[in-house]
Amino acid sequence: MNIQTTAATYAIETRNLNVYYGDFHAVKDVNLRIHKNKITALIGPSGCGKSTVLRCFNRMNDLIPSARIEGDVLFHGKNIYDPDVDPVQVRRRIGMVFQKPNPFPKSIYDNVAWGAKINGFKGDLDALVQESLERAALWNEVKDKLDASGYSLSGGQQQRLCIARALAVKPDIILMDEPTSALDPIASLRIEELMWELAQDVTIIVVTHNMQQAARVSDYTAFFTVTPDRTGYMEEFGETPQIFTTPASKITEDYITGRFG
Amino acid sequence: MTSYFPEGDELQKFVKRRRQKGLIWRSLFLLATTLGVIVLMVLLVTIINDSMGYAAVAYKIAPDELVVGFYRGMMLDAPRTQTYADPDDLAGALAGNPNAVGLLDPAAFQAHADILRQVQVAGGDLSGVVVAVSKDNDWVQNVTILELTPLFTVAETWSDVRPGWPDAPVHRALPEAGSPALDAFVTQVYGDDPAEQPIEALLAMLAQHRSAGALRQFVAEKPLALRTQEEVLAILEEQVLEPTVVETWSLYESLFDRAAIKEAAAGMPDAHLEFRRWITWDFITSPQSSQPEYAGVRTAILGSLWVVFITLIFAVPVGIGAAIYLEEYGSGSWLDQLIETNINNLAGVPSIIYGMLGLAVFVRALGPLTSGAIFGVGDPTTSNGRTILSAGLTLGLLILPIIIINAREAIRAVPQAFREASLGLGATKWQTIWHHVLPNAIPGILTGSILAISRAFGETAPLIVVGASTAIFLDPSGPFSKFTTLPIQIYQWTARPQAAFQNLAAAAIIVLLALLLALNAFAIYLRNRYAVRY
Repeated sequence: MNIQTTAATYAIETRNLNVYYGDFHAVKDVNLRIHKNKITALIGPSGCGKSTVLRCFNRMNDLIPSARIEGDVLFHGKNIYDPDVDPVQVRRRIGMVFQKPNPFPKSIYDNVAWGAKINGFKGDLDALVQESLERAALWNEVKDKLDASGYSLSGGQQQRLCIARALAVKPDIILMDEPTSALDPIASLRIEELMWELAQDVTIIVVTHNMQQAARVSDYTAFFTVTPDRTGYMEEFGETPQIFTTPASKITEDYITGRFG
Repeated sequence: MTSYFPEGDELQKFVKRRRQKGLIWRSLFLLATTLGVIVLMVLLVTIINDSMGYAAVAYKIAPDELVVGFYRGMMLDAPRTQTYADPDDLAGALAGNPNAVGLLDPAAFQAHADILRQVQVAGGDLSGVVVAVSKDNDWVQNVTILELTPLFTVAETWSDVRPGWPDAPVHRALPEAGSPALDAFVTQVYGDDPAEQPIEALLAMLAQHRSAGALRQFVAEKPLALRTQEEVLAILEEQVLEPTVVETWSLYESLFDRAAIKEAAAGMPDAHLEFRRWITWDFITSPQSSQPEYAGVRTAILGSLWVVFITLIFAVPVGIGAAIYLEEYGSGSWLDQLIETNINNLAGVPSIIYGMLGLAVFVRALGPLTSGAIFGVGDPTTSNGRTILSAGLTLGLLILPIIIINAREAIRAVPQAFREASLGLGATKWQTIWHHVLPNAIPGILTGSILAISRAFGETAPLIVVGASTAIFLDPSGPFSKFTTLPIQIYQWTARPQAAFQNLAAAAIIVLLALLLALNAFAIYLRNRYAVRY
């Protein structure tokens, strides 16, 4: 298929992506195409490379000295691992929300505003902060205490603060690495509702251990698993209803029905 | 199923034993802490013990002797003054002259109370002496102490003393010099403590005992007329009284062993026993001196502060910068590990080696720079590299490894989550360091830097090698000055034989500890104020 089509339909895609940590082959031959403005879930047992693949999308694996990438990750048709691509610009367009909420030790306002400020935002910062907090469904709870510390919020609120923070720099894609695994069920549901609303103008890729969550929330699902020598690979990819009702692969079916993992 | 764990009574005993083990460790740790505290207390007590106590001071001329002698001389030299060896002659002369005023001891006055009248002294009669006039004198009823002064010294006529009195000339009848009545009068009217005398009297005393030639150096520094009373008093003490500390005793001995001290002092005929606090304001503000009575630590304090300042502005930025580079930009390669090992080693090198390094590099090789010759500062004949700049840089090298190691630990302690969140928002590495890593590492960095600076403050050996001056009387005026520091001053004083220098050393140690405390407190204040407080 030509680049144009790719650019129009796919927010980001990988071509023969292989990841090595030193000599250890962590992930092999991943060909994954993420659809724009849809929620894609990456599921699979522990240690199968889901987070590794996710972190490849915004070049966060660069932080690990022993990590080595082979293959392409195409964003708007350009391989983000090309030598002339600046990872700083990549990360502004592709944001990330982490498993354990990690707001900065600053006020709520500063948490949201900081990313925009250092990226050279020139508009009305107050409006941006309000808009981001509204999109993260947190505005009503914090609008009277924007100067309070980010740590004064509950776990679920902190995670929504991190989402607001990521939204403030207007990314195209938001990567979520098990965003609700550290939260209680009610807070988790609120985050899931949030994901639906956000998906209207942002592409979301979420790694999750929670199959019910994947089934509830996502439009597409990619199932990862490991080979006997612990190298991860993508076993199956498809629309969520299809993966969860009539999976093509037996391994996928075994995982979904709980026979392993 | 049999349980493999202890149950019931056995369980109780087992848990009790485990708890007891914990208690034993806890007691050991408490013991260690107590030991540390005890050692500190012993140190403080020893220092305070040496810093005050009785001192046997020998004067060339005793202070009270000086004052009394001066006024006695003034009175005896006053116009129309006659001295009488025999109080009866004195009384007779006094009675016969209505314009005369005289002094008698009380017994002699009583013997002649019929022909003489006692003059009341306002505020209370003097003890041991009576001011008397002839019964024919009808205008003097009472007199104030202030009026007594001119009455017996400079007044020409009675009206000079008090305007209402007649214009008649004043005649004075005094007992001989050495008479107790005369001394009692002088002591009560003029005082016997030089510190309470007005400046004119002090200047006159000075002129009396010292020739103009001897005072030339003081006049050259600042004309006597412009000096304050304290300054003239100091000159008087140094030049005329000439106190010498003969023997000193510690505070403990002074409080609990007074009998022995008094006995020892009795054996020293010239010595006055004074309780001396060696740490006084004069001590802090006086420059160095070879005489323990006048020695002060001002030069040393200023030298220490200057040197530590240079150390600070060199070592702290360089150390933090190196730590940031090694932690954040380092790749863990063999080169980085080699650097880390070397820095750890350097932290343990004896400080005197740094002194030798400083001598070779900063004093000799970089001499033109550190002496200020390059900048045209400093006297070309005496300036060399043995300056505050060299000392500061040497100590800076000394504490650099410590600051680097400590700053690295503080940076490492910043959670990785902050860095990931920051980078995930599209921040550059430098923005992440500046906005997140450093602010959160500052409290730890500051604590380590405080400790390192405190160590630099107390370093002695390397600075002796680099060239601290042994006899320096001028305050340091800048980084290119000669210098001495507090620890070196203490070391030099403890090496001297005279007892007084040991006391001075103790006093200087107290000053050093106080300065360190102030420095640490200030740094902790800074840390609390600027630490990220979420």
